[in-house]
Amino acid sequence: MSFIGLSREEEQRMLESIGVRRFEDLVAAVPEEVRLQRALAVPGPLPEIESRRQFGEWAKLNHVDRGVSFMGGGIYDHYIPAAVNAIAMRSEFATAYTPYQPEVAQGSLTAIFEFQSMIVELTGCDVANASLYDGATAAVEAALLARHQTGRARVVVAGALHPHYQDVLRTYLEHDVTVVADRAGQCAPEDLRGSLGGDVAAVIYQHPNFFGLLESPQAIHALAHEAGALAVAVCDPIALALLEPPGASGADIVVGEGQSLGNPPSFGGPLLGFFACKQSLVRRMPGRLAAQTVDRHGRRGFVLTLQTREQHIRREKATSNICTNQGLLALRATIYLGLLGKRGLAEVAELCVQKTHHAAALAERTSGYRRAHEGPFFREFVLECPVDAAEVLREGRARGIVPGVDLGRFRPAWRRQLLVAVTEQRSAAEIERWAEVLAATEWKS
Amino acid sequence: MSLGRRLLIEQGGPGHRGPALPACDVPTRPLAELLPGARLRADLALPQVSEPEVVRHFIELSTLNHHIDRGFYPLGSCTMKHNPKINDEIASLPGFALAHPLASDEASQGALRVVVELQRALAEITGFAAVTTQPAAGAHGEFTGLLMIRAWHRSRGEGDRRKRVIVPDSAHGTNPASVNLVGYETVTIASEEHATVDLEALRRALDDRTAAVMLTVPNTLGLFEPRIREITRIAHDAGAQVYMDGANLNALVGLVRPGDLGFDVMHINLHKTFSTPHGGGGPGAGPVAVAAHLEPFLPVPVVVEAGGLLRLDSNRESSVGRVHSFHGNFGILLRGLVYLSTLGPQGLREMSRTAILNANYLMRRLEKTYELPHPEHCMHEFVLSGRGLRKHGIKTLDVAKRLLDFGVHAPTVYFPLIVDEALMIEPTETETLDRLDHFAAAMERIAQEAAENPKLLLEAPLTTPVSRLDEGRAARELVLHWGGATRSERAPVGQAPSRA
Repeated sequence: MSFIGLSREEEQRMLESIGVRRFEDLVAAVPEEVRLQRALAVPGPLPEIESRRQFGEWAKLNHVDRGVSFMGGGIYDHYIPAAVNAIAMRSEFATAYTPYQPEVAQGSLTAIFEFQSMIVELTGCDVANASLYDGATAAVEAALLARHQTGRARVVVAGALHPHYQDVLRTYLEHDVTVVADRAGQCAPEDLRGSLGGDVAAVIYQHPNFFGLLESPQAIHALAHEAGALAVAVCDPIALALLEPPGASGADIVVGEGQSLGNPPSFGGPLLGFFACKQSLVRRMPGRLAAQTVDRHGRRGFVLTLQTREQHIRREKATSNICTNQGLLALRATIYLGLLGKRGLAEVAELCVQKTHHAAALAERTSGYRRAHEGPFFREFVLECPVDAAEVLREGRARGIVPGVDLGRFRPAWRRQLLVAVTEQRSAAEIERWAEVLAATEWKS
Repeated sequence: MSLGRRLLIEQGGPGHRGPALPACDVPTRPLAELLPGARLRADLALPQVSEPEVVRHFIELSTLNHHIDRGFYPLGSCTMKHNPKINDEIASLPGFALAHPLASDEASQGALRVVVELQRALAEITGFAAVTTQPAAGAHGEFTGLLMIRAWHRSRGEGDRRKRVIVPDSAHGTNPASVNLVGYETVTIASEEHATVDLEALRRALDDRTAAVMLTVPNTLGLFEPRIREITRIAHDAGAQVYMDGANLNALVGLVRPGDLGFDVMHINLHKTFSTPHGGGGPGAGPVAVAAHLEPFLPVPVVVEAGGLLRLDSNRESSVGRVHSFHGNFGILLRGLVYLSTLGPQGLREMSRTAILNANYLMRRLEKTYELPHPEHCMHEFVLSGRGLRKHGIKTLDVAKRLLDFGVHAPTVYFPLIVDEALMIEPTETETLDRLDHFAAAMERIAQEAAENPKLLLEAPLTTPVSRLDEGRAARELVLHWGGATRSERAPVGQAPSRA
């Protein structure tokens, strides 16, 4: 099996034209003794019919059709309009490379420019880049930028930032990460103040946070600035349709995970990191940036700009090592935001709020369950269960419901906590069935 | 005459909207009550456009792109090969596309199976002991690989001393940028005349402060390092690790395995060699393969198999930690696995063989017209110099722009930095002889035009949706979003110049 169109006769002609007798002459530089003398032990060849069968069977081993999902925790089951798939699957977008020759890449470049524009609007920042890998590495890039900008090393992180994001920050920054434990699920300004000092480059918080709770952006921004640090918000773009954008209340950098904008969960990747910041930081921004310009006839067009920040020009002095980003996911987000538009996105966000609060109200009427935190929440909340959350998941399995994410997988102390997300896709009837799972889970009071 | 293209924000208006959402079917309460104390936004200035117009907007944009399904794309170092459609079809199966990364291991056996099978296949192809599939792209893989090297030196008590990484001057820019990111310092060594590693320079640079040597094989000129085993040996003798940038793996599959050459770690640009669509700049995937001594340092979680059940294991004390929000670019990993299992052992070998054959064929034909600074047989790509056209006032950039008029994408230009007016050409194995000949004919014609009508090249491209764009102006004005765009003059995209 191959995707090669080459006959024996053509191969011979090519070898003759090159001036060698056999193919092996071309690879004479590869020492004989290190050449692989056997066939690779890899699967295949699998013609399409067999490939479909094999991978189709594996696909079934993921239980996506066995339960209505109330899982979140950074990846959400939002509706993806049919037009998003239809457009984004087109070869013209999917099989193009990074737009290095702008004259034949205006499609991708215009879409990137529109993506940047919509992220600017959602975050309230001055500028946004063309995308980063995911929410976690976007938070890392924000921390790195803050370190360069301030010349300070330490990064203070609100405890309700996604635990995986905290992990990734520690991978990159090691001991320079200080976590301020949450108080009732939120970041308490007095606790934050105690962790700040002249060595702090950035304060990073999530809004809504990992537990679904809203934070107090203004207070956090003010404290960060008082300490001479940058304020970095990690946000969900759907929530930003309703919430005051952090950029408007002083955040220096707003990053986040854009999966919820028209991208499927796909087992957690590919994802869409977005990065927006104040104009004054633009020359320290990581990643690609599209900018408007004109061609020789004065027609509007778009190009990649400020490439002197990037690794292929600046090498070890680059602002980041990123090269390939998540272009196609940024395109999907752009189409999604274009389709839903001003009203649609706000409606999605409001449906999430209403349905999530409805589910929380039903849960609190169920004996033994209560919300773990008091604060205002958006699309997600933590339910304190009377038994291990794993038991609730087990009951859900029998009833075709995945009732949430078992927080015990993050910390053993959280094993009775269930993180529940309710998107606009969940109907009233599904939420009823979800509540029945809670009620049916056996426990002794 | 075209009326020009408008941005989405310049279309539709109040009262226009896309797909409808269902009415709220649960009891509702005012937002102010549900979100007490929260500050809400006053306005959301997103576009207001109907679905048909949104579809037309993006379809029209799509027609402005060159892409591999349309034509030849010889971008050196980028491996723009055919992207089989079966890969996308399988990745869009609901069982994969809708899998949630925080579902239980029992509910994720299919996804974990894909990850494990890919890791095994990549370990076999590269000759290493273990693979992590968490990094989202090549540069992310470089960072992850260097982290493991750093962790290994620390585990031996040499972490504080060994902080230098030797990188040849022909390396990709991501190499020094990644070195910097792990807190190491880059030591650049000049290549020797044939662009291969200068062993004497390497010996002089190696000392007890060297953490690693980072090499691209074949190098960015498309040449295999004939003394590679000696290089890895002297690096190891000096206590350093040897990192391979796997951007050019498309030359090696089934022929030689980096693990057998003495490398300790490498990343694989899965989107290149294993043909996942590049998406106009990603997503890619940058799995990292390591020798056995680095296995304890792999990022968490790793997938382990016990009693026929696959599960995620995060309990590994020597791990460098997590590098991604979840499990890396799973949808891309899946496409890569479909690709390599479609080809199978024989097909993979044919893949690299034909990539090498195609590159050599093109190189020998084009060396008659353009300068070939390094005349050895190449592997999967080669680098020409456009400096011979300087006498006509023509630069490599002009050749690149003129190529666009022939319906092919330009090669990578001005890289590697060690070749003057470089044109880096990688045809890949999926191009036919006919396509190669067409490209060569275009290149030859352009050389002729350079001599006879250089003005044509300076004005090129002439047939693309826009002509040469003013990059200087873009950087000066920095209009990076449509709020800025609407403040300056609002020339419609690609509108025909005004005519009398």
